[in-house]
Amino acid sequence: MSATLHPDRESATLLARIVPLRGTSARRASLMVERSLMVYRRGWVIIVSGFFEPLFYLLSIGVGIGALVGSVTVDGTVLEYTAFVAPALLASSAMNGAVYDSTFNIFFKLKYAKTYDAILSTPMSPGDVAAGEICWALLRGLIYSTAFLVVMLALGLVGSPWAVLVLPAAVLIGFGFAAVGVAATTYMRGWQDFEFVQLIVLPMFLFATTFYPLSTYPSALQAVVVCTPLYHAVELIRDLTTGLVDGTLTIHVAYLAVMGLIGLRVAAGRLEKLLLT
Amino acid sequence: MSTAESGRQLSVPLASVEAVATDSADPPLVHARGLTKRFGEFTAVDGIDVDVARGEAFGFLGPNGAGKSSTMRMIGCVSPPTEGTLRILGRDPRTEGPAIRARLGVVPQQDTLDTELSVRENLLIYGRYFGMSRAAVRDKTDELLEFVQLSDRAKDKVEPLSGGMKRRLTIARSLINDPEMLLLDEPTTGLDPQARHSLWDRLFRLKQRGVTLVLTTHYMDEAEQLCDRLVVMDKGRFAAEGSPRELIATYSTREVLELRFGADADNKVYADKLEGLVDRIEVLPDRLLLYTDDGDGSAAAVYDRGLRPVSTLVRRSTLEDVFLRLTGRTLVD
Amino acid sequence: MAQAPAVVQPRKVPSAWSRTCASLGFWAFQYRRTWRGTVVSSILTPVLFLAAMGIGLGTLVDEGGRLGDEYLLFLAPGLLAATAMQTATFESMYPVMGAIKWVRTYHAMLATPLGVGNILGGHLLWVAFRVTTTAAIYLVVIALFGAAPSLLALLALPAATLCGMAFAAPIFAFAAGYDSPAGFAALERFVIVPMFLFSGTFFPVSQLPEALQWVAYATPLWHGVDLCRGLVQGTQELADALMHVGYLSLWVGGGVVAANYFFRRRLEATG
Ligand SMILES: Nc1ncnc2c1ncn2[C@@H]1O[C@H](COP(=O)(O)OP(=O)(O)OP(=O)(O)O)[C@@H](O)[C@H]1O
Ligand SMILES: [Mg+2]
Repeated sequence: MSATLHPDRESATLLARIVPLRGTSARRASLMVERSLMVYRRGWVIIVSGFFEPLFYLLSIGVGIGALVGSVTVDGTVLEYTAFVAPALLASSAMNGAVYDSTFNIFFKLKYAKTYDAILSTPMSPGDVAAGEICWALLRGLIYSTAFLVVMLALGLVGSPWAVLVLPAAVLIGFGFAAVGVAATTYMRGWQDFEFVQLIVLPMFLFATTFYPLSTYPSALQAVVVCTPLYHAVELIRDLTTGLVDGTLTIHVAYLAVMGLIGLRVAAGRLEKLLLT
Repeated sequence: MSTAESGRQLSVPLASVEAVATDSADPPLVHARGLTKRFGEFTAVDGIDVDVARGEAFGFLGPNGAGKSSTMRMIGCVSPPTEGTLRILGRDPRTEGPAIRARLGVVPQQDTLDTELSVRENLLIYGRYFGMSRAAVRDKTDELLEFVQLSDRAKDKVEPLSGGMKRRLTIARSLINDPEMLLLDEPTTGLDPQARHSLWDRLFRLKQRGVTLVLTTHYMDEAEQLCDRLVVMDKGRFAAEGSPRELIATYSTREVLELRFGADADNKVYADKLEGLVDRIEVLPDRLLLYTDDGDGSAAAVYDRGLRPVSTLVRRSTLEDVFLRLTGRTLVD
Repeated sequence: MAQAPAVVQPRKVPSAWSRTCASLGFWAFQYRRTWRGTVVSSILTPVLFLAAMGIGLGTLVDEGGRLGDEYLLFLAPGLLAATAMQTATFESMYPVMGAIKWVRTYHAMLATPLGVGNILGGHLLWVAFRVTTTAAIYLVVIALFGAAPSLLALLALPAATLCGMAFAAPIFAFAAGYDSPAGFAALERFVIVPMFLFSGTFFPVSQLPEALQWVAYATPLWHGVDLCRGLVQGTQELADALMHVGYLSLWVGGGVVAANYFFRRRLEATG
């Protein structure tokens, strides 16, 4: 069933055209963002402070490990170690933010606060709720990514005009992980299941070429690393900030987009099942 | 009885506003045939047929677990029916849920307030979900906060409000979009008498304006006051259907005579002695209920038979008598 | 009610020690429900970190040749101390605030012969137990990675526990004194994470700008890291060790005094 069947004849989002989500409208989804803005008007300090964590990591690597390592060679190009790690930190913090927003926060609202039960007795549909919550996660992530990119520029860690595409790329990364995060959350039974989230996110953070190039791994491991979504996220941002752009960029983009669309589809369907019983 | 008290507020019984319903040539706002809801193997609603006309006040009565809330959730388009036909406002909930819900107001049995927001913000954002403009929502919010007497708590978080205050906020929330049909699942549970009467008053006025009311309640006086027509549900089916007066006429008598013979009297023995005096006698542990059209006459007849009850009370028959007759006195679950 | 046990007791009340053990027992009992998950992450976390940073990143650092040590040997004991800090922090924030505010476990305990001192002591002992077991697993993993060349490494276990408690005790005080969980987010972001990143775990503090070096030396984590590193590598000088132990003990002692103060204020005043 497609969104255009909707009697209100509201404009379906582009997303809704690609992934047929029943009765999703951009205007209604944006109301979820409006709600979040209301909630965080009082809690903006929490949002602002979220920026410092990746910044501390960047500084620590700059003065510490960067000084120990010196430089790394990627595809024959020699890079400052900090310039190598910084884009990876940006990508991982986009992932972390999206995962956190779409798992802990959504689980709380779904299971404990019953926030969505009330919302669904209005014209809002499960698709609106899923899309709106993901949008909010993306907006929040966009603020962090922008701030981080500014710091990278200030520290001279951006080496290419391609970097103008970093922000849309970071949004794409957020979308991929947030959508999968919401979908996964709908399967969670209790807080103990969040242990699994940690068990997936931490190894990805450590191994997805965040701290050293793919060539450092034995080839069997390389094949595994290449399959992880964070690898594509890291490589995408790194290609853009270093200017080492080639055809693989499209693979990274496609991987993340497909992951997000599948996640969104599953999330909307599962939310409908869970909430409209 | 509290019916007498409420009569003060609602001088016209709602039932007399029935004319509104019959005038309109609209399709019924709720139209269900063979409506069924199953949760796994369990059948919560078992093939019911209902029609609710515009402007009507329709009530669901029934013991806990009868399937009232399950039915209300289907009518509110948040729970897809397992089987049967359902049309709400003439539309199909399966495909036009958002468009239907836009015209409904819902008070769910459990408050589902947004605990991350303040009292006022709860109403503001809820109005926005209906696509109202910010200015329109603001005006409506102030008016509704005034109505449920929460204006002075507007800035507070929802969590620390008392149970009755939360209920009032939920009721205010359901009115934000000026709904054509209000679905109220036990709206007054937890309210103090003042709040209850002020809500009844408000509902009465909404009904006069043509708003259709569908409600469930465990308060028989409420059902009698508010409903033009009601059904008594039991185990997912309708046990009886009609106006409060019809139901009382069919399933009870005009009056009830309550007799007490003291704490250790054997009521069964007294019941045998009163055999044939009235239509029906019910033996309770502490008293006898005699269903009769003339309470005082029957009381005199009791004395004539030489019985001397410790106390006698003649009262009007109520829906409660109908309810208990239809669904039994023992706790169902 | 919560008097020191020295007060003459007309009736037989359980001894102070057994009352503290009762409080400890409560937390152990609670743990039965969640221990599986924590064991899995206690094993996986060190394996992942040592593999990714110690070996993977270590390859790059060792190629750079700017650090005297082999990076894995340098990093592993640092992570041991940092993990003790993180475990202690985690076990001391929400559980303590919850026991005061939400679940009100402490209040339930106060209705028994347990006093505030027993409650605090028992809970701190429980955190010490959690820190010690987590650190022990970490130490085993370090040994399996071949990064514990000296037998002195065994002493790194109590050192890690001491380091953890230098965080647990002050955080107990913080959790009892500060009434909102928003403080925890700030504590994590502005105290714990920066310490983790800058207190000598990942690189020598000497690489920091001069002024920041002194800040790093003042943190309990640096003392924990330096102590653990010396012991695991077998190069620890006695005088330095005593200095580290003394400094960390000061944090533990100060933390206990402060926690005792805030616990009494919260539990006895507001009942
Ligand atoms: N989501 C659900 N999953 C499984 N069973 C359900 C669900 N919702 C309701 N039920 C069952 O359906 C039956 C009817 O429930 P319902 O809430 O409709 O009763 P009710 O008439 O509203 O009762 P009450 O007066 O207690 O509110 C009950 O036995 C209930 O356990
Ligand atoms: Mg119900």
